[in-house]
Amino acid sequence: MTGFGYLRPGSVQEAVEAYAAHPGARYLAGGTNLVDLLKLGVERPALLIDIGRLPLDGVEELPDGSLRVGATVRNSDLAADPRVRERWPALSQALLAGASAQLRNAATTGGNLLQRTRCPYFQDLGKPCNKREPGSGCGAREGVHRDHAVLGHSELCIATNPSDMAVALAALDAQVELYGTDGARRLPVADFHRLPGEHPERDTWIRPGELITGVLLPAATAGVPSAYRKARDRASYAFALASVAVVLRVADGVVDQVGVAFGGLAHRPWRARHTELALLGAPATPAAFEGAVDLELAHAEPLRDNAYKVFLAHNLALDVLNRLAPAPAPA
Amino acid sequence: MTGTTGSPLGAPAERREGRQKLTGAARYAAEYTLPGRAQAWPVPAAVAHGRVRAVDTSAALALPGVLAVLTPFDAPRLAEPEDRTLAVLQNPHVPHRGWCVALAVADTLETARAAARAVRVTYDTSPHDAGPVDGHPGGYDPEEAGGQPGRVEHGDPDAAFASAEVRVDVVYRVPPLHNHPMEPHASTAHWDGDRLTVYTSSQGGTAVRSVLAQLFRLPEERITVVAEHVGGGFGSKGTPRPDVVLAALAARHTGRPVTLAYPRRDLPAVVGHRAPTVQRLRLGARPDGRLTAVLHEVTTQTSRVREFVEYAGVVSRVMYATPNLRSTHHVVPLDVPSPSWMRAPGEAPGMYALESALDELADALGLDPVELRVRNEPEREPASGKPFSSRHVVECLREGARRFGWAGRDPRPGVRREGPLLLGTGVAAATYPVQTAPSTATAEARPDGTFVVRLNAADIGTGARTVLAQIAADALGVPLDRVRTEVGHTDLPPAPLAGGSMGTASWGWAVHEACARLAAHPEQGPVVRADTTGTADADSPYARHAFGAHFAEVAVDTVTGEIRVRRLLGIFAAGRILNARTARSQFTGAMIMGLGMALTEHSTLDRAFGDFPESDLASYHVPVHADVPAVEADWIDEHDPHLNPMGSKGIGEIGIVGTAAALGNAVHHATGIRFRELPLTPDRILAGLLSEG
Repeated sequence: MTGFGYLRPGSVQEAVEAYAAHPGARYLAGGTNLVDLLKLGVERPALLIDIGRLPLDGVEELPDGSLRVGATVRNSDLAADPRVRERWPALSQALLAGASAQLRNAATTGGNLLQRTRCPYFQDLGKPCNKREPGSGCGAREGVHRDHAVLGHSELCIATNPSDMAVALAALDAQVELYGTDGARRLPVADFHRLPGEHPERDTWIRPGELITGVLLPAATAGVPSAYRKARDRASYAFALASVAVVLRVADGVVDQVGVAFGGLAHRPWRARHTELALLGAPATPAAFEGAVDLELAHAEPLRDNAYKVFLAHNLALDVLNRLAPAPAPA
Repeated sequence: MTGTTGSPLGAPAERREGRQKLTGAARYAAEYTLPGRAQAWPVPAAVAHGRVRAVDTSAALALPGVLAVLTPFDAPRLAEPEDRTLAVLQNPHVPHRGWCVALAVADTLETARAAARAVRVTYDTSPHDAGPVDGHPGGYDPEEAGGQPGRVEHGDPDAAFASAEVRVDVVYRVPPLHNHPMEPHASTAHWDGDRLTVYTSSQGGTAVRSVLAQLFRLPEERITVVAEHVGGGFGSKGTPRPDVVLAALAARHTGRPVTLAYPRRDLPAVVGHRAPTVQRLRLGARPDGRLTAVLHEVTTQTSRVREFVEYAGVVSRVMYATPNLRSTHHVVPLDVPSPSWMRAPGEAPGMYALESALDELADALGLDPVELRVRNEPEREPASGKPFSSRHVVECLREGARRFGWAGRDPRPGVRREGPLLLGTGVAAATYPVQTAPSTATAEARPDGTFVVRLNAADIGTGARTVLAQIAADALGVPLDRVRTEVGHTDLPPAPLAGGSMGTASWGWAVHEACARLAAHPEQGPVVRADTTGTADADSPYARHAFGAHFAEVAVDTVTGEIRVRRLLGIFAAGRILNARTARSQFTGAMIMGLGMALTEHSTLDRAFGDFPESDLASYHVPVHADVPAVEADWIDEHDPHLNPMGSKGIGEIGIVGTAAALGNAVHHATGIRFRELPLTPDRILAGLLSEG
């Protein structure tokens, strides 16, 4: 069979050095996506570096009120963490909206961020896919693409990012902590994933060999009202047709702080900057919300069979914004 | 609702193999680890139409542990099969994407898979035609549909419809659907000289043996087929599938026992599916609701490998009294995977369309949909003119209505709101024919006072072993625990398949006969053999069908278009219920499958590529627990002397018939919008709400 090496490093340093030393290496954590892709033949690593036992499984409160989540914290544990549920509820809700209980028990925070698209053409070696095999073409564009992107897609790729968690993290201004042979750095989750452009084979801005060591939930969004809502084809264990995460603080009837991110619409969690700009300082009214959401969705370029995603996203965003906005004070 | 006091018949006996299955002790076809057993992995065609020009196996064969790669050019030759989907690796023609074009065999599963990926196939590609069927010039009207005439017409339906005072003229669409049993199609084959043994996941081992005998030109007695436990089939294992032929070919070619568990993602193209249907329904009625014309015209598709006609139009020949009837089928062969049986083929899609159209008629008439059905109750079967052996659909509707709380229902659509939710209720009737096939069985009296019943029945998860023991114990007049059942092996007396909801009736008839004779004439023992040829398959002067009624309540979310089912109630009249526990499981299981058909399940025919992109259980959406609300199934006592000695009708399929219509009708009641294409996914619902909005 096509063999691969297996290594269990003793430290983060050892892990990144091993990666650098072995072309074709991949990090393995929960394996819920990578192992599937191995079986499909989409991923063919020479070496699996199992980071599952590195000491990255803690959730730690920092003095400034932020929360540092280790890369191998399980999705189920993170969703159940009382601090997350209380201060960043959109994240807990998003995690619980994802996958199934069994998968959430295995999947990790870092792995969730790096999961690949579930585009069926990406998974089928018998069909063209520019993400899997650059230059081979995109099967989905003329094929079946009801589940595909309406924002930010390119001629080469119309895949969507499947994560629920990443959508909430993007809206919450979370940061990804990375460590590589060049040292540590941070990226906002909202900027961590790429648009497909000319290089759909690259999902993120991670550098070769960099390891996600954790995710930082900032103090700035702690305790700010937030929520996540997802629409899907069945009540559980289905990817989002569209989803939205909203962080919203209203003071004296005016939007004081806002973060909006869509899932299921693009190659990355789609931070709705146009919406946010329009809302910041605006009255927190249904009409203002609708105008601001439509500003963002005006950029949508639906494909032959997925125009529904635009009004689905519209409905979801308005529902959550209106729900989070405090009822106007009685006159 | 249980059997006669003291009789094991009707008792809620527990499934006999339940503990084995729960503990993992039950062995399935791929789990026979014979010494030296090799594993096989197929190479699916990567073009939709054409010919294999060459198969380069060198890289695959170079992998350590690879035993062979079979190709269309060098695989052992078979006799021409009647079912041409079984002519695997016999010629280089590629009739559709996913067709098996090579088979890698290796020491381990992983090596076989790697080898299959290393095989390089080149093709001469031809243009392919994957529809759509609407207005397609290549269609024809088949002679037969589901063993019945493709076309039935009485009276003057066109004129009657044209002159009807109230008319409904609508088109309903059902997408391709896949059976996707939990256990994939799997077989382990082993040759010992010119003797072949296969362990296979099949709904009927007797037919597997006869087909293999024909293909490999062997006398049947040299073939043993074992199908002890089968992890579901839903029709897709009703006939031998390519897995068993490929495993036997590979085992012959390599001289090793070979297991082929067909990969899940390759199943959709290879083992069959419910063909999509486009059904035009025209109903004409008088103002009092009496039907004057029923026209049910079905367009469907098949592959170019074999004809399978999804016989959705036959239900209109059974259900409602009408002097003018047309029920027709039109089928278009395409360069696509071959459709086949899927739970209640014909009836499930046909009753979705008919019972939805009837709801539209009730609306047009301003008549309660239960009452409309009652008013059109026929005295005799409309198409055949035969009297019904028993027909209690009205009783099912009345009993269901009572338990569901139907009385006083506000018929106005789109008026029940609960925040952003729209609520509605719906009803639909169900029907499924009574079928039986001849079977043999033996009953043996053992010196210790126990009995053994033997026949090659298939327990595909229904509880067949258990109910056959109940039938035997009843006929013998002994307690259930004194009877053992042996099934799933061709060394046992031949028996028909578990399909067409006829397993229990067919097998049970022979079991009953053998046991009754043994009880009456112990001197004929210790082993008594029964053969129901000539009786079980005798023509009946009666039209024999099971009937039922479904009631559904749904909530439609106007924000997302998501539908959640709140309640589902099915009431059935299916003769005598032989095991209350396993019967309820059959009914509710099929209702859940009907829920999936209504709301979540669909395969999309990818016209660009000629196959279905939904190739795993993450993308083919069967309902999950969270989708399944309070599902309740029950039945009314029905005594029908014109069936089999047990007085039972088949119950494996009727639960899925009508469920989708009841749910669709409830969605209309909730929203005021008719959605005429399944499944009712958020994209469609939201688009409908928006355009009505």
